[in-house]
Amino acid sequence: MSETSASKGGFGAWALDPKRRGAMLVAPALIILFVMNIFPLLWSFGLSFFNYKASSPRVPSFRGLSNYERVLTDEKTWERFQTTAVIVGSSVLLQLIVGFLLALMFAKVFPMRRIVLMLVLTPMMLSFVSVGVFFKLFYEPTFGIVSYVMNIFMTDKFVMLGSPGGAIAGIVIADAWMWSPFVMLLVLAGLVSVPKYLYEAAEIDRASSWRIFWTITFPYIKSLLLLAILFRTIETFKLFDIVYIITEGGPGSSTETIAVFLYRNAFQFFQTSRSAALAYIVLFIVIVLTNLYLYAVNRREEEVT
Amino acid sequence: MARRYREIGKAGWGYTAITGLVGFIYFFPVFWIILTAFKTRTDALAVPPKLFFTPTLENFQSVFFRASITTGTSQATDMGLYFFNSIFIAFTSVGLALIVGTLAAYAFSRYPLKGNDTYLFIILTTRMMPPIVVIIPIFLMFRLSGLAGSYWGIILLYTAFNIPFSVWLVKSFFDELNPEIEDAARMDGASERRVFFGFCIPQILAGLSATFVFGLILTWNEFLFALLLTGVETRTVPVAMARTLGGEVGVDYGLLAAIVTLFLIPIFFVTFLLQNQLLRGVTFGTVKK
Repeated sequence: MSETSASKGGFGAWALDPKRRGAMLVAPALIILFVMNIFPLLWSFGLSFFNYKASSPRVPSFRGLSNYERVLTDEKTWERFQTTAVIVGSSVLLQLIVGFLLALMFAKVFPMRRIVLMLVLTPMMLSFVSVGVFFKLFYEPTFGIVSYVMNIFMTDKFVMLGSPGGAIAGIVIADAWMWSPFVMLLVLAGLVSVPKYLYEAAEIDRASSWRIFWTITFPYIKSLLLLAILFRTIETFKLFDIVYIITEGGPGSSTETIAVFLYRNAFQFFQTSRSAALAYIVLFIVIVLTNLYLYAVNRREEEVT
Repeated sequence: MARRYREIGKAGWGYTAITGLVGFIYFFPVFWIILTAFKTRTDALAVPPKLFFTPTLENFQSVFFRASITTGTSQATDMGLYFFNSIFIAFTSVGLALIVGTLAAYAFSRYPLKGNDTYLFIILTTRMMPPIVVIIPIFLMFRLSGLAGSYWGIILLYTAFNIPFSVWLVKSFFDELNPEIEDAARMDGASERRVFFGFCIPQILAGLSATFVFGLILTWNEFLFALLLTGVETRTVPVAMARTLGGEVGVDYGLLAAIVTLFLIPIFFVTFLLQNQLLRGVTFGTVKK
């Protein structure tokens, strides 16, 4: 962008004016985002007021808010939101517990820590598809290792994904296994930031370890825990790949998350306009959550500095 | 010295043994898949599951070459192409996103616009929203413009997918630099270009490479966009894996495990090399330490 600085006047000089420097540097990023994200979103906002179907050549007609009305009064939508809430709630809770325990374990310096830490951190970097493949294989009723181990303890044949509850548990376990290391990293950052003299003072006062935890450790990690909860809630809310690979929403529709439901409606049943309306409702929820997240980020930054 | 160790809570080899065991249990699912990749078809399906067996490279071979029944010779599968696609698409789009993102991040950090925070919020929201929300219109857009199934289409989309992440992460690195050094350089008559390339960029090179590698992993792992927007020629590995799983003639788990194992190799390196930047990377630079 600065090659043209030699030319006096013209576009080069206009663009390089110090007043415009910030805007010019930001422009390429914003243009690409506009073309590939904002514009499509505006388009689908428009679509959500018509009765467009991607599979039929019929000219769509204007339907006002009827798509939103139908989506919001459809029982199925609420069932899918419930399924998503159950999966998000239990998965995030499990991640918090496991992540917290792992963080306590790694809050010390010990030989070969880097290598052991890598074993725990790897799941987080895997793709959802690989993790889906892993667990699909483990849950396989005849030769899967989870089924094998469970069959030792059970009289009936164990089929993890056969019942709605089992299928949800199967997905929650896979997702929590993958993302507990994320919570661990955040908690670990908090644990490391506790000034050591506070522990020494508590030792002198002979405070109980329970009290030490609540009065010294917890205040340092609580803002990070909040960040972890919000971030993981936003991310788990989008859960698609793992469900698509492991259960495809089944048995029945018991593990159909809102993302899978949207995918089905939009690309298998071609309810394009109605899906666009539902997508906007989902987008609204994510915007609210992202706002909360950034609020928590800013509050923590004020705390730290 | 001894005191310092006590302060950071140093433990010995005994502790390593305990955490090592926990770490191994946590890692077991990955370990088991890698084992499966080295098993013959009968070993992979054995009940009870076999921990000890004679390893074979058969599966890895059949990822890329399949014995043809008619001619008896081996024939290349399309998997080589899919690995190439995954690598090519990831490198191109992440590279583009990093260049564009770094320029934007520099501006957001040094020359705040009116409504700077609003722009940053919008940028982050495009990353936080579920891909399924934006893919409905993008699918239509690609169908109309003929971008569906082309390299350009998916590269452009992945560039957009990586920009928010690059902007936020690189901005967090710029924010940590001391602007006084830059001002001092300006006083000495350094041009803006020189301040940017000569002072700022060299200081955050490690951060830039971390951002690049993170973007590679995110793109390498992406599934939904690739599922709907790549064609036969541009298919990436995650889509190919999902298709192998949905095969009509029964799933060949050994083969699938071999594909996954090959797919994992770069991830191990990255996890090890970027351990200290991992937290910042996965939170898009919103949490630094």
